[in-house]
Amino acid sequence: MKLFEITPLPISVTEVIARLEDAANGAIVTFIGVVRGETDGRQVHYLEYEAYSEMAEEALARIGGEIRERWPEVRGVAIVHRVGRLGVGETSVVIALAAAHRPQLFDALRYAIDRLKEVVPIWKKEVWAEGAEWKAG
Amino acid sequence: MGSGEQNSPARSVRVRIRFFAAPREALGQQELEREVPEGTTVGALLGLLTEEYPVLRAYTRFLSVAVNRAYVGMQTVLHDGDEVACLPPVGGG
Repeated sequence: MKLFEITPLPISVTEVIARLEDAANGAIVTFIGVVRGETDGRQVHYLEYEAYSEMAEEALARIGGEIRERWPEVRGVAIVHRVGRLGVGETSVVIALAAAHRPQLFDALRYAIDRLKEVVPIWKKEVWAEGAEWKAG
Repeated sequence: MGSGEQNSPARSVRVRIRFFAAPREALGQQELEREVPEGTTVGALLGLLTEEYPVLRAYTRFLSVAVNRAYVGMQTVLHDGDEVACLPPVGGG
């Protein structure tokens, strides 16, 4: 089971959490990215995600390594990002972190999503009624 | 590919170039293969491609480049078999 994955398939949060299963875990936090139905006042029809998958999975794994270096208490990291056409309300990304205790998890979670948006080669095209646009950041 | 060797003593390297998102759509292709002289840098390759495909001009100054899946600078020298990825500003999440 991959801890860092780019997939065209729908993502299940519980399934991603299960990838971290470890009796020593006492706390798990998750970030769930969801397709928003509106940006800048425009009604989004759907999003098209594209990735340089081989590099993206390596980049996600590197983020996992950075987290464990900065917050050694974090025992488990799993990040799964979906690609392809996603409708409003669908899950685009799930980040799950596990530790024995909660204190470091929230900072580490924020770091994970911020780094993902910054360095992982994934792109998002917004498609609305009148057109489409590749969005950065 | 070796037939031109008597004309040019300089060796060449073969690279695969991949495109994503907006520049991929503009170009209408996901990847290209090119043979370039040994010693060609990433920046020089982008220059050549932009000359060949003017449609890329709108994107080149925003591109980051990865060679064999690692971000590199424009001065990086290409080697035979390299995979060069042209990466517009990322925006996952």
